[in-house]
Amino acid sequence: MYEFDWSSIPGALPFLWEGMKVSLEITLTAVVFGVVWGTALAMMRLSSVKPLAFFAASYVNLFRAIPLVMVLLWFFLIVPQLLKSFFSLDPNTDVRLTSAMIGFALFESAYYSEIIRAGIQSVPKGQVAAASALGMSYAQAMRLVVLPQAFRNMVPLLLTQAIVLFQDTSLVYVSALADFFGAAYKVGDRDGRLVELLLFAGAVYFAVCFAASLLVRRYQQKLNAHVAH
Amino acid sequence: MSKLELKSVIQRYGRQTIVNGVDFRLEQGSIACLLGPSGCGKTTLLRCIAGFEEISGGEILIHDAVVSRAGHRVPPEKRQVGMVFQDYALFPHLTVDQNVGFGLGGTPASERATRVNELLSTVGLAGQGRKFPHELSGGQQQRVALARALAPRPELVLLDEPFSNLDVDLRERLSVEVREILKSEGMTAVLVTHDQHEAFAMADEIGVMFEGRIQQWDTPYNLYHRPVNRFVADFVGKGVFVPGTVRDASNVEIELGVLSSGVPPECSKGCAACGQGCLVDVLLRPDDVIHDDRSPTRAEVLHKAFRGADIMYTLRLESGTEVLSLVPSHHNHAIGEKIGVRLEADHVIAFRQSR
Repeated sequence: MYEFDWSSIPGALPFLWEGMKVSLEITLTAVVFGVVWGTALAMMRLSSVKPLAFFAASYVNLFRAIPLVMVLLWFFLIVPQLLKSFFSLDPNTDVRLTSAMIGFALFESAYYSEIIRAGIQSVPKGQVAAASALGMSYAQAMRLVVLPQAFRNMVPLLLTQAIVLFQDTSLVYVSALADFFGAAYKVGDRDGRLVELLLFAGAVYFAVCFAASLLVRRYQQKLNAHVAH
Repeated sequence: MSKLELKSVIQRYGRQTIVNGVDFRLEQGSIACLLGPSGCGKTTLLRCIAGFEEISGGEILIHDAVVSRAGHRVPPEKRQVGMVFQDYALFPHLTVDQNVGFGLGGTPASERATRVNELLSTVGLAGQGRKFPHELSGGQQQRVALARALAPRPELVLLDEPFSNLDVDLRERLSVEVREILKSEGMTAVLVTHDQHEAFAMADEIGVMFEGRIQQWDTPYNLYHRPVNRFVADFVGKGVFVPGTVRDASNVEIELGVLSSGVPPECSKGCAACGQGCLVDVLLRPDDVIHDDRSPTRAEVLHKAFRGADIMYTLRLESGTEVLSLVPSHHNHAIGEKIGVRLEADHVIAFRQSR
Protein backbone atom coordinates (compact mmCIF):
# COMPACT_ATOMS: atom_id res chain seq x y z
CA MET A 1 0.00 0.00 0.00
CA TYR A 2 1.27 3.39 -1.02
CA GLU A 3 2.12 5.63 1.92
CA PHE A 4 1.23 9.28 1.39
CA ASP A 5 3.75 11.80 2.58
CA TRP A 6 2.61 15.43 2.31
CA SER A 7 5.58 16.86 4.19
CA SER A 8 7.33 18.33 1.17
CA ILE A 9 4.36 20.65 0.39
CA PRO A 10 4.57 23.31 3.16
CA GLY A 11 8.17 24.12 2.40
CA ALA A 12 7.44 24.33 -1.33
CA LEU A 13 4.51 26.77 -0.99
CA PRO A 14 6.48 29.95 -1.86
CA PHE A 15 7.80 28.27 -5.01
CA LEU A 16 4.32 26.98 -5.89
CA TRP A 17 2.92 30.51 -5.38
CA GLU A 18 5.50 31.81 -7.87
CA GLY A 19 4.17 29.20 -10.29
CA MET A 20 0.57 30.25 -9.60
CA LYS A 21 1.51 33.84 -10.38
CA VAL A 22 2.82 32.73 -13.78
CA SER A 23 -0.41 30.84 -14.47
CA LEU A 24 -2.52 33.84 -13.49
CA GLU A 25 -0.34 36.18 -15.49
CA ILE A 26 -0.75 34.10 -18.63
CA THR A 27 -4.51 33.80 -18.04
CA LEU A 28 -4.95 37.53 -17.52
CA THR A 29 -2.89 38.52 -20.55
CA ALA A 30 -4.66 36.03 -22.77
CA VAL A 31 -8.10 37.18 -21.55
CA VAL A 32 -7.37 40.88 -22.05
CA PHE A 33 -5.70 40.42 -25.40
CA GLY A 34 -8.22 37.77 -26.44
CA VAL A 35 -11.19 40.06 -25.73
CA VAL A 36 -9.65 43.05 -27.53
CA TRP A 37 -8.40 41.13 -30.56
CA GLY A 38 -11.45 38.87 -30.43
CA THR A 39 -13.74 41.92 -30.62
CA ALA A 40 -11.81 43.18 -33.62
CA LEU A 41 -12.04 39.76 -35.27
CA ALA A 42 -15.77 39.52 -34.53
CA MET A 43 -16.41 42.93 -36.08
CA MET A 44 -14.33 42.03 -39.11
CA ARG A 45 -16.23 38.80 -39.49
CA LEU A 46 -19.56 40.65 -39.39
CA SER A 47 -18.27 43.40 -41.67
CA SER A 48 -19.60 43.80 -45.18
CA VAL A 49 -16.05 44.26 -46.42
CA LYS A 50 -15.42 40.81 -47.89
CA PRO A 51 -11.61 40.52 -47.44
CA LEU A 52 -11.89 41.46 -43.75
CA ALA A 53 -14.65 38.92 -43.17
CA PHE A 54 -12.64 36.29 -45.02
CA PHE A 55 -9.52 37.00 -43.01
CA ALA A 56 -11.36 36.79 -39.70
CA ALA A 57 -13.16 33.59 -40.67
CA SER A 58 -9.91 31.95 -41.78
CA TYR A 59 -8.15 33.02 -38.61
CA VAL A 60 -10.89 31.64 -36.39
CA ASN A 61 -11.20 28.39 -38.32
CA LEU A 62 -7.45 27.85 -38.36
CA PHE A 63 -6.93 28.32 -34.64
CA ARG A 64 -10.00 26.32 -33.74
CA ALA A 65 -8.86 23.40 -35.87
CA ILE A 66 -5.42 22.86 -34.37
CA PRO A 67 -4.58 21.62 -30.87
CA LEU A 68 -3.54 24.26 -28.37
CA VAL A 69 -0.48 22.32 -27.32
CA MET A 70 0.79 22.42 -30.89
CA VAL A 71 0.30 26.18 -31.11
CA LEU A 72 2.23 26.53 -27.87
CA LEU A 73 5.07 24.40 -29.16
CA TRP A 74 5.30 26.39 -32.37
CA PHE A 75 5.41 29.61 -30.43
CA PHE A 76 7.95 28.12 -28.07
CA LEU A 77 10.14 27.24 -31.05
CA ILE A 78 9.55 30.22 -33.34
CA VAL A 79 8.76 33.30 -31.27
CA PRO A 80 11.96 33.27 -29.22
CA GLN A 81 13.99 33.33 -32.42
CA LEU A 82 11.93 36.17 -33.85
CA LEU A 83 11.98 38.20 -30.66
CA LYS A 84 15.68 37.75 -30.28
CA SER A 85 16.44 38.73 -33.84
CA PHE A 86 13.99 41.68 -33.86
CA PHE A 87 15.09 43.20 -30.59
CA SER A 88 18.65 41.87 -30.85
CA LEU A 89 18.36 40.38 -27.37
CA ASP A 90 21.00 38.38 -25.67
CA PRO A 91 20.47 34.78 -26.89
CA ASN A 92 20.28 33.67 -23.26
CA THR A 93 17.29 35.92 -22.35
CA ASP A 94 14.33 33.85 -21.21
CA VAL A 95 11.42 34.69 -23.51
CA ARG A 96 9.45 31.53 -22.77
CA LEU A 97 6.86 33.43 -20.73
CA THR A 98 6.39 36.03 -23.48
CA SER A 99 6.03 33.42 -26.19
CA ALA A 100 3.58 31.43 -24.07
CA MET A 101 1.51 34.58 -23.52
CA ILE A 102 1.48 35.39 -27.23
CA GLY A 103 0.56 31.83 -28.10
CA PHE A 104 -2.35 31.75 -25.65
CA ALA A 105 -3.52 35.21 -26.61
CA LEU A 106 -3.65 34.47 -30.34
CA PHE A 107 -5.25 31.10 -29.74
CA GLU A 108 -7.88 32.33 -27.29
CA SER A 109 -8.81 35.28 -29.52
CA ALA A 110 -10.31 32.80 -31.96
CA TYR A 111 -12.62 31.44 -29.27
CA TYR A 112 -13.38 34.85 -27.81
CA SER A 113 -14.23 36.23 -31.22
CA GLU A 114 -16.90 33.57 -31.65
CA ILE A 115 -18.42 34.39 -28.27
CA ILE A 116 -18.33 38.09 -29.05
CA ARG A 117 -19.77 37.60 -32.52
CA ALA A 118 -22.71 35.74 -31.01
CA GLY A 119 -23.04 38.51 -28.44
CA ILE A 120 -23.11 41.23 -31.08
CA GLN A 121 -25.65 39.28 -33.08
CA SER A 122 -27.83 38.89 -30.01
CA VAL A 123 -28.42 42.66 -29.94
CA PRO A 124 -31.49 43.38 -32.09
CA LYS A 125 -30.81 45.17 -35.39
CA GLY A 126 -33.35 47.79 -34.41
CA GLN A 127 -30.85 49.11 -31.88
CA VAL A 128 -28.43 50.15 -34.60
CA ALA A 129 -31.29 51.61 -36.62
CA ALA A 130 -32.46 53.59 -33.59
CA ALA A 131 -28.96 54.90 -32.99
CA SER A 132 -28.47 55.94 -36.60
CA ALA A 133 -31.86 57.68 -36.64
CA LEU A 134 -30.47 59.70 -33.72
CA GLY A 135 -27.47 60.80 -35.74
CA MET A 136 -24.91 58.16 -34.79
CA SER A 137 -22.54 56.69 -37.34
CA TYR A 138 -22.17 52.91 -37.51
CA ALA A 139 -18.98 53.02 -35.45
CA GLN A 140 -20.64 55.18 -32.78
CA ALA A 141 -23.69 52.94 -32.69
CA MET A 142 -21.41 49.94 -32.24
CA ARG A 143 -19.42 51.57 -29.45
CA LEU A 144 -22.28 53.23 -27.53
CA VAL A 145 -25.18 50.90 -28.13
CA VAL A 146 -24.29 47.45 -29.43
CA LEU A 147 -21.05 46.54 -27.66
CA PRO A 148 -22.16 47.60 -24.14
CA GLN A 149 -25.26 45.42 -24.46
CA ALA A 150 -23.37 42.60 -26.13
CA PHE A 151 -20.72 42.52 -23.41
CA ARG A 152 -23.28 42.63 -20.65
CA ASN A 153 -24.88 39.52 -22.14
CA MET A 154 -21.52 37.88 -22.80
CA VAL A 155 -19.79 38.33 -19.46
CA PRO A 156 -20.76 34.90 -18.09
CA LEU A 157 -19.54 33.15 -21.25
CA LEU A 158 -16.34 35.16 -21.32
CA LEU A 159 -15.63 34.29 -17.70
CA THR A 160 -16.36 30.62 -18.27
CA GLN A 161 -13.93 30.68 -21.15
CA ALA A 162 -11.38 32.34 -18.84
CA ILE A 163 -11.77 29.46 -16.37
CA VAL A 164 -11.10 26.94 -19.13
CA LEU A 165 -8.14 29.04 -20.16
CA PHE A 166 -6.78 29.00 -16.62
CA GLN A 167 -6.84 25.21 -16.68
CA ASP A 168 -5.25 25.15 -20.11
CA THR A 169 -2.28 27.23 -18.94
CA SER A 170 -0.95 23.98 -17.44
CA LEU A 171 -0.05 23.05 -21.03
CA VAL A 172 2.92 25.41 -20.88
CA TYR A 173 4.76 22.53 -19.23
CA VAL A 174 5.76 21.60 -22.79
CA SER A 175 8.10 24.58 -22.69
CA ALA A 176 9.35 23.63 -19.24
CA LEU A 177 8.02 26.94 -17.94
CA ALA A 178 7.33 26.85 -14.20
CA ASP A 179 3.65 27.73 -14.03
CA PHE A 180 1.68 26.33 -11.10
CA PHE A 181 1.46 22.86 -12.60
CA GLY A 182 5.11 22.94 -13.70
CA ALA A 183 6.21 24.06 -10.25
CA ALA A 184 4.27 21.27 -8.57
CA TYR A 185 5.75 18.77 -10.96
CA LYS A 186 9.28 20.01 -10.30
CA VAL A 187 8.88 19.84 -6.53
CA GLY A 188 7.37 16.36 -6.70
CA ASP A 189 10.10 15.16 -9.00
CA ARG A 190 12.81 16.59 -6.79
CA ASP A 191 11.41 15.05 -3.57
CA GLY A 192 10.19 11.81 -5.11
CA ARG A 193 6.65 12.81 -4.07
CA LEU A 194 5.10 13.28 -7.51
CA VAL A 195 1.73 11.66 -6.63
CA GLU A 196 1.17 13.92 -3.62
CA LEU A 197 2.20 17.07 -5.45
CA LEU A 198 0.02 16.31 -8.46
CA LEU A 199 -2.95 15.47 -6.22
CA PHE A 200 -2.38 18.74 -4.39
CA ALA A 201 -2.12 20.68 -7.66
CA GLY A 202 -5.32 19.05 -8.87
CA ALA A 203 -7.11 20.02 -5.67
CA VAL A 204 -5.98 23.64 -6.05
CA TYR A 205 -7.10 23.81 -9.69
CA PHE A 206 -10.43 22.32 -8.68
CA ALA A 207 -10.92 24.76 -5.80
CA VAL A 208 -10.06 27.80 -7.88
CA CYS A 209 -12.11 26.82 -10.94
CA PHE A 210 -15.12 25.54 -9.02
CA ALA A 211 -15.28 28.67 -6.87
CA ALA A 212 -14.96 30.84 -9.95
CA SER A 213 -17.69 29.00 -11.81
CA LEU A 214 -20.01 29.38 -8.81
CA LEU A 215 -19.41 33.11 -8.91
CA VAL A 216 -20.14 33.17 -12.65
CA ARG A 217 -23.37 31.27 -12.12
CA ARG A 218 -24.40 33.73 -9.44
CA TYR A 219 -23.68 36.64 -11.73
CA GLN A 220 -25.65 34.95 -14.51
CA GLN A 221 -28.68 34.59 -12.24
CA LYS A 222 -28.48 38.23 -11.28
CA LEU A 223 -28.28 39.20 -14.93
CA ASN A 224 -31.27 37.06 -15.85
CA ALA A 225 -33.32 38.56 -13.05
CA HIS A 226 -32.41 42.03 -14.28
CA VAL A 227 -33.36 41.31 -17.86
CA ALA A 228 -36.55 39.43 -17.03
CA HIS A 229 -38.35 42.44 -15.56
CA MET B 1 -41.60 75.11 -49.56
CA SER B 2 -42.42 71.61 -48.44
CA LYS B 3 -40.83 69.67 -45.63
CA LEU B 4 -41.02 66.30 -47.31
CA GLU B 5 -41.59 65.50 -50.92
CA LEU B 6 -41.71 62.17 -52.72
CA LYS B 7 -41.54 62.09 -56.50
CA SER B 8 -42.50 58.79 -58.16
CA VAL B 9 -40.59 56.75 -55.59
CA ILE B 10 -40.00 53.15 -56.60
CA GLN B 11 -38.43 50.46 -54.46
CA ARG B 12 -37.68 46.92 -55.54
CA TYR B 13 -36.36 43.81 -53.80
CA GLY B 14 -34.99 41.65 -56.58
CA ARG B 15 -37.84 41.23 -59.01
CA GLN B 16 -40.50 42.28 -56.57
CA THR B 17 -41.69 45.87 -56.65
CA ILE B 18 -42.55 46.90 -53.12
CA VAL B 19 -43.19 50.59 -53.67
CA ASN B 20 -44.49 51.38 -57.12
CA GLY B 21 -44.43 55.07 -57.89
CA VAL B 22 -45.43 57.10 -54.85
CA ASP B 23 -45.86 60.87 -54.94
CA PHE B 24 -46.84 63.16 -52.13
CA ARG B 25 -45.72 66.29 -50.37
CA LEU B 26 -46.02 67.37 -46.82
CA GLU B 27 -45.97 70.94 -45.51
CA GLN B 28 -44.27 72.05 -42.31
CA GLY B 29 -46.23 71.03 -39.21
CA SER B 30 -48.54 68.64 -40.91
CA ILE B 31 -49.11 65.04 -39.80
CA ALA B 32 -49.62 62.45 -42.50
CA CYS B 33 -50.44 58.80 -42.27
CA LEU B 34 -49.73 55.92 -44.60
CA LEU B 35 -52.62 53.55 -44.07
CA GLY B 36 -52.88 50.13 -45.62
CA PRO B 37 -53.08 46.39 -45.03
CA SER B 38 -49.92 44.48 -44.18
CA GLY B 39 -47.68 43.92 -47.17
CA CYS B 40 -48.85 47.06 -48.97
CA GLY B 41 -45.38 48.60 -48.83
CA LYS B 42 -46.08 51.29 -46.24
CA THR B 43 -43.34 50.30 -43.80
CA THR B 44 -40.82 49.92 -46.60
CA LEU B 45 -41.75 53.37 -47.83
CA LEU B 46 -41.23 54.78 -44.33
CA ARG B 47 -37.82 53.10 -44.13
CA CYS B 48 -36.95 54.65 -47.49
CA ILE B 49 -37.84 58.08 -46.12
CA ALA B 50 -35.76 57.41 -43.00
CA GLY B 51 -32.83 56.37 -45.18
CA PHE B 52 -32.61 52.72 -44.15
CA GLU B 53 -33.50 51.48 -47.62
CA GLU B 54 -32.19 52.39 -51.05
CA ILE B 55 -34.75 53.42 -53.63
CA SER B 56 -34.72 52.15 -57.21
CA GLY B 57 -36.33 55.16 -58.83
CA GLY B 58 -37.75 58.62 -58.20
CA GLU B 59 -36.61 61.09 -55.56
CA ILE B 60 -37.12 61.83 -51.89
CA LEU B 61 -36.57 65.41 -50.76
CA ILE B 62 -36.35 66.63 -47.19
CA HIS B 63 -36.49 70.39 -46.84
CA ASP B 64 -36.02 70.67 -50.62
CA ALA B 65 -32.75 68.75 -50.60
CA VAL B 66 -32.60 65.41 -52.39
CA VAL B 67 -31.80 62.70 -49.84
CA SER B 68 -32.60 59.64 -51.96
CA ARG B 69 -32.55 58.77 -55.59
CA ALA B 70 -31.55 55.63 -57.47
CA GLY B 71 -27.94 54.88 -56.57
CA HIS B 72 -27.70 57.66 -54.01
CA ARG B 73 -28.75 57.62 -50.38
CA VAL B 74 -27.96 60.04 -47.58
CA PRO B 75 -27.54 57.73 -44.55
CA PRO B 76 -30.14 57.98 -41.74
CA GLU B 77 -27.70 59.64 -39.34
CA LYS B 78 -27.29 62.58 -41.73
CA ARG B 79 -31.00 63.14 -42.39
CA GLN B 80 -32.12 64.74 -39.12
CA VAL B 81 -35.10 62.46 -39.06
CA GLY B 82 -36.52 61.26 -35.75
CA MET B 83 -37.96 57.80 -35.74
CA VAL B 84 -40.29 55.96 -33.37
CA PHE B 85 -40.00 52.23 -33.93
CA GLN B 86 -42.72 49.63 -33.63
CA ASP B 87 -40.90 47.88 -30.76
CA TYR B 88 -39.61 51.29 -29.52
CA ALA B 89 -35.98 50.06 -29.69
CA LEU B 90 -35.11 51.86 -26.46
CA PHE B 91 -31.55 51.31 -25.30
CA PRO B 92 -31.94 48.84 -22.40
CA HIS B 93 -28.53 49.61 -20.90
CA LEU B 94 -29.25 53.32 -20.58
CA THR B 95 -31.60 55.23 -18.26
CA VAL B 96 -34.60 57.16 -19.54
CA ASP B 97 -32.58 60.39 -19.28
CA GLN B 98 -29.72 58.90 -21.27
CA ASN B 99 -32.10 57.46 -23.85
CA VAL B 100 -33.81 60.78 -24.43
CA GLY B 101 -30.51 62.66 -24.43
CA PHE B 102 -28.82 60.16 -26.75
CA GLY B 103 -29.30 62.20 -29.90
CA LEU B 104 -28.06 65.37 -28.22
CA GLY B 105 -24.41 64.40 -28.43
CA GLY B 106 -23.03 67.77 -29.52
CA THR B 107 -24.91 69.93 -27.04
CA PRO B 108 -23.44 71.05 -23.69
CA ALA B 109 -24.46 68.98 -20.67
CA SER B 110 -26.59 71.67 -19.02
CA GLU B 111 -28.53 72.41 -22.19
CA ARG B 112 -28.96 68.72 -22.77
CA ALA B 113 -30.40 68.23 -19.28
CA THR B 114 -32.82 71.12 -19.83
CA ARG B 115 -34.06 69.70 -23.12
CA VAL B 116 -34.40 66.19 -21.65
CA ASN B 117 -36.42 67.48 -18.69
CA GLU B 118 -38.57 69.64 -20.91
CA LEU B 119 -39.40 66.67 -23.12
CA LEU B 120 -40.02 64.29 -20.24
CA SER B 121 -42.57 66.69 -18.82
CA THR B 122 -44.14 67.14 -22.27
CA VAL B 123 -44.68 63.39 -22.50
CA GLY B 124 -45.84 63.16 -18.89
CA LEU B 125 -42.81 61.39 -17.49
CA ALA B 126 -41.26 64.14 -15.39
CA GLY B 127 -39.12 62.69 -12.60
CA GLN B 128 -38.84 59.24 -14.18
CA GLY B 129 -35.52 59.98 -15.84
CA ARG B 130 -33.42 57.73 -13.65
CA LYS B 131 -35.39 54.60 -14.36
CA PHE B 132 -34.36 52.00 -16.88
CA PRO B 133 -36.68 51.18 -19.79
CA HIS B 134 -37.58 47.75 -18.37
CA GLU B 135 -38.93 49.45 -15.26
CA LEU B 136 -41.57 51.30 -17.30
CA SER B 137 -44.93 50.17 -18.67
CA GLY B 138 -45.50 49.76 -22.41
CA GLY B 139 -47.25 53.11 -22.68
CA GLN B 140 -44.45 54.86 -20.81
CA GLN B 141 -41.81 53.21 -23.00
CA GLN B 142 -43.67 54.44 -26.03
CA ARG B 143 -43.55 58.00 -24.67
CA VAL B 144 -39.84 57.72 -23.97
CA ALA B 145 -39.36 56.60 -27.58
CA LEU B 146 -41.27 59.66 -28.75
CA ALA B 147 -39.30 62.00 -26.48
CA ARG B 148 -36.04 60.46 -27.70
CA ALA B 149 -37.03 61.00 -31.33
CA LEU B 150 -38.08 64.61 -30.68
CA ALA B 151 -35.07 65.61 -28.57
CA PRO B 152 -32.68 66.63 -31.38
CA ARG B 153 -35.46 68.74 -32.98
CA PRO B 154 -35.51 66.72 -36.19
CA GLU B 155 -36.81 68.04 -39.50
CA LEU B 156 -39.25 65.20 -39.63
CA VAL B 157 -40.60 62.53 -37.28
CA LEU B 158 -41.43 59.08 -38.61
CA LEU B 159 -43.58 56.68 -36.59
CA ASP B 160 -43.75 53.00 -37.55
CA GLU B 161 -46.93 51.37 -36.17
CA PRO B 162 -46.23 53.19 -32.91
CA PHE B 163 -49.22 51.90 -30.98
CA SER B 164 -49.47 48.33 -32.18
CA ASN B 165 -47.98 46.89 -28.98
CA LEU B 166 -50.45 48.66 -26.72
CA ASP B 167 -53.93 47.65 -25.62
CA VAL B 168 -56.92 49.31 -27.25
CA ASP B 169 -57.76 51.84 -24.53
CA LEU B 170 -54.22 53.06 -24.22
CA ARG B 171 -53.87 53.16 -27.99
CA GLU B 172 -56.78 55.57 -28.36
CA ARG B 173 -55.65 57.80 -25.55
CA LEU B 174 -52.02 57.88 -26.63
CA SER B 175 -52.77 58.55 -30.29
CA VAL B 176 -54.60 61.74 -29.32
CA GLU B 177 -51.83 62.66 -26.89
CA VAL B 178 -49.07 62.01 -29.38
CA ARG B 179 -50.84 64.15 -31.94
CA GLU B 180 -51.00 67.00 -29.45
CA ILE B 181 -47.34 66.63 -28.55
CA LEU B 182 -46.30 66.63 -32.20
CA LYS B 183 -48.47 69.68 -32.84
CA SER B 184 -47.11 71.53 -29.81
CA GLU B 185 -43.57 70.91 -31.01
CA GLY B 186 -44.59 72.04 -34.51
CA MET B 187 -43.34 68.77 -35.95
CA THR B 188 -43.92 67.43 -39.40
CA ALA B 189 -44.62 63.73 -39.09
CA VAL B 190 -45.39 60.61 -41.07
CA LEU B 191 -47.11 57.74 -39.34
CA VAL B 192 -47.53 54.22 -40.67
CA THR B 193 -50.43 52.07 -39.52
CA HIS B 194 -52.94 49.45 -40.60
CA ASP B 195 -55.47 50.74 -38.08
CA GLN B 196 -57.79 53.36 -39.52
CA HIS B 197 -58.94 54.60 -36.12
CA GLU B 198 -55.36 55.39 -35.27
CA ALA B 199 -54.96 57.11 -38.63
CA PHE B 200 -58.15 59.15 -38.15
CA ALA B 201 -57.14 60.14 -34.62
CA MET B 202 -53.62 61.20 -35.55
CA ALA B 203 -53.42 62.48 -39.08
CA ASP B 204 -54.30 65.62 -40.98
CA GLU B 205 -53.99 63.78 -44.24
CA ILE B 206 -53.96 60.09 -45.02
CA GLY B 207 -52.55 58.15 -47.92
CA VAL B 208 -54.26 54.81 -48.36
CA MET B 209 -51.71 52.37 -49.74
CA PHE B 210 -52.26 49.12 -51.56
CA GLU B 211 -49.93 47.08 -53.75
CA GLY B 212 -47.16 49.64 -53.48
CA ARG B 213 -49.25 52.59 -54.60
CA ILE B 214 -51.07 55.40 -52.91
CA GLN B 215 -54.69 54.76 -53.82
CA GLN B 216 -55.93 58.04 -52.42
CA TRP B 217 -54.27 60.90 -50.57
CA ASP B 218 -56.91 62.85 -48.73
CA THR B 219 -58.40 64.05 -45.48
CA PRO B 220 -59.99 61.44 -43.20
CA TYR B 221 -63.45 62.89 -44.04
CA ASN B 222 -62.98 62.52 -47.77
CA LEU B 223 -61.54 59.02 -47.51
CA TYR B 224 -64.64 57.89 -45.70
CA HIS B 225 -67.22 59.81 -47.65
CA ARG B 226 -65.59 60.18 -51.06
CA PRO B 227 -63.42 57.15 -51.71
CA VAL B 228 -62.02 57.21 -55.23
CA ASN B 229 -62.03 53.47 -55.80
CA ARG B 230 -63.40 50.23 -54.50
CA PHE B 231 -60.30 49.38 -52.51
CA VAL B 232 -60.44 52.58 -50.50
CA ALA B 233 -64.21 52.28 -50.07
CA ASP B 234 -63.77 48.77 -48.76
CA PHE B 235 -60.70 49.32 -46.61
CA VAL B 236 -61.77 52.55 -44.92
CA GLY B 237 -64.82 52.23 -42.74
CA LYS B 238 -67.48 49.58 -42.89
CA GLY B 239 -69.99 49.22 -45.63
CA VAL B 240 -71.41 47.03 -48.32
CA PHE B 241 -71.92 47.38 -52.03
CA VAL B 242 -75.49 46.97 -53.26
CA PRO B 243 -76.48 46.80 -56.91
CA GLY B 244 -78.19 49.87 -58.40
CA THR B 245 -79.32 51.38 -61.68
CA VAL B 246 -78.56 54.86 -62.91
CA ARG B 247 -81.78 56.91 -63.31
CA ASP B 248 -80.23 60.16 -64.53
CA ALA B 249 -77.14 62.31 -64.04
CA SER B 250 -77.50 62.51 -60.28
CA ASN B 251 -79.83 59.76 -59.20
CA VAL B 252 -79.37 56.07 -58.69
CA GLU B 253 -82.07 53.62 -57.84
CA ILE B 254 -81.42 50.76 -55.47
CA GLU B 255 -83.74 48.32 -53.80
CA LEU B 256 -84.28 50.64 -50.86
CA GLY B 257 -85.16 53.66 -52.93
CA VAL B 258 -83.73 56.39 -55.12
CA LEU B 259 -80.54 58.02 -54.02
CA SER B 260 -78.83 61.12 -55.17
CA SER B 261 -75.37 59.89 -56.01
CA GLY B 262 -72.10 61.45 -56.75
CA VAL B 263 -70.66 60.70 -60.13
CA PRO B 264 -69.26 57.19 -60.06
CA PRO B 265 -65.54 57.94 -59.80
CA GLU B 266 -64.79 55.34 -62.39
CA CYS B 267 -67.10 57.01 -64.94
CA SER B 268 -65.00 60.01 -65.74
CA LYS B 269 -67.69 61.63 -67.87
CA GLY B 270 -70.36 61.17 -65.28
CA CYS B 271 -73.53 59.14 -65.11
CA ALA B 272 -74.94 60.95 -68.08
CA ALA B 273 -72.26 59.51 -70.31
CA CYS B 274 -72.80 56.15 -68.79
CA GLY B 275 -76.42 56.59 -69.49
CA GLN B 276 -79.73 55.71 -68.03
CA GLY B 277 -79.96 52.10 -67.03
CA CYS B 278 -76.24 51.71 -66.46
CA LEU B 279 -75.63 49.19 -63.69
CA VAL B 280 -73.58 50.36 -60.70
CA ASP B 281 -72.58 49.23 -57.23
CA VAL B 282 -73.59 51.68 -54.55
CA LEU B 283 -71.58 51.94 -51.33
CA LEU B 284 -73.87 51.90 -48.30
CA ARG B 285 -72.30 52.79 -44.96
CA PRO B 286 -73.92 51.41 -41.79
CA ASP B 287 -75.08 54.91 -40.90
CA ASP B 288 -76.91 55.27 -44.24
CA VAL B 289 -79.42 52.56 -43.30
CA ILE B 290 -81.76 53.70 -40.53
CA HIS B 291 -83.98 51.47 -38.43
CA ASP B 292 -87.56 52.78 -38.56
CA ASP B 293 -90.50 50.69 -37.32
CA ARG B 294 -92.92 52.67 -39.53
CA SER B 295 -91.03 51.96 -42.69
CA PRO B 296 -92.75 49.55 -45.04
CA THR B 297 -89.40 48.10 -46.13
CA ARG B 298 -88.62 45.10 -43.96
CA ALA B 299 -85.32 43.36 -43.48
CA GLU B 300 -84.37 40.22 -41.57
CA VAL B 301 -81.73 40.35 -38.84
CA LEU B 302 -78.88 38.00 -39.81
CA HIS B 303 -76.20 38.94 -37.28
CA LYS B 304 -75.85 41.49 -34.55
CA ALA B 305 -72.81 42.83 -32.79
CA PHE B 306 -73.46 44.66 -29.55
CA ARG B 307 -71.02 47.55 -29.22
CA GLY B 308 -72.25 49.36 -26.12
CA ALA B 309 -73.86 52.53 -27.38
CA ASP B 310 -75.05 50.90 -30.56
CA ILE B 311 -75.58 47.61 -32.30
CA MET B 312 -74.21 46.76 -35.73
CA TYR B 313 -76.91 44.75 -37.48
CA THR B 314 -76.33 42.71 -40.61
CA LEU B 315 -79.67 42.71 -42.40
CA ARG B 316 -81.02 40.79 -45.37
CA LEU B 317 -83.39 42.65 -47.69
CA GLU B 318 -86.19 40.85 -49.49
CA SER B 319 -84.09 40.39 -52.59
CA GLY B 320 -81.36 38.72 -50.56
CA THR B 321 -79.01 41.72 -50.60
CA GLU B 322 -77.21 42.18 -47.30
CA VAL B 323 -76.66 45.61 -45.75
CA LEU B 324 -75.20 46.88 -42.48
CA SER B 325 -77.09 49.16 -40.15
CA LEU B 326 -75.87 50.97 -37.07
CA VAL B 327 -78.72 51.28 -34.58
CA PRO B 328 -78.83 52.74 -31.04
CA SER B 329 -78.47 49.78 -28.72
CA HIS B 330 -81.85 50.04 -26.97
CA HIS B 331 -83.39 48.85 -30.26
CA ASN B 332 -82.56 45.31 -29.34
CA HIS B 333 -83.93 42.84 -31.91
CA ALA B 334 -83.45 39.09 -32.07
CA ILE B 335 -81.77 37.28 -34.90
CA GLY B 336 -84.38 36.21 -37.45
CA GLU B 337 -86.72 39.08 -36.57
CA LYS B 338 -87.93 41.34 -39.39
CA ILE B 339 -87.44 45.05 -38.75
CA GLY B 340 -88.34 48.17 -40.70
CA VAL B 341 -85.53 50.08 -42.39
CA ARG B 342 -85.22 53.12 -44.58
CA LEU B 343 -82.42 54.97 -46.25
CA GLU B 344 -81.09 58.21 -44.98
CA ALA B 345 -78.22 59.05 -47.25
CA ASP B 346 -77.94 62.36 -48.99
CA HIS B 347 -74.74 61.50 -50.74
CA VAL B 348 -73.57 58.05 -51.63
CA ILE B 349 -70.80 56.71 -53.80
CA ALA B 350 -71.34 54.42 -56.73
CA PHE B 351 -68.90 52.42 -58.84
CA ARG B 352 -69.64 50.98 -62.24
CA GLN B 353 -70.46 47.32 -61.96
CA SER B 354 -67.57 45.19 -62.92
CA ARG B 355 -69.68 42.16 -63.75
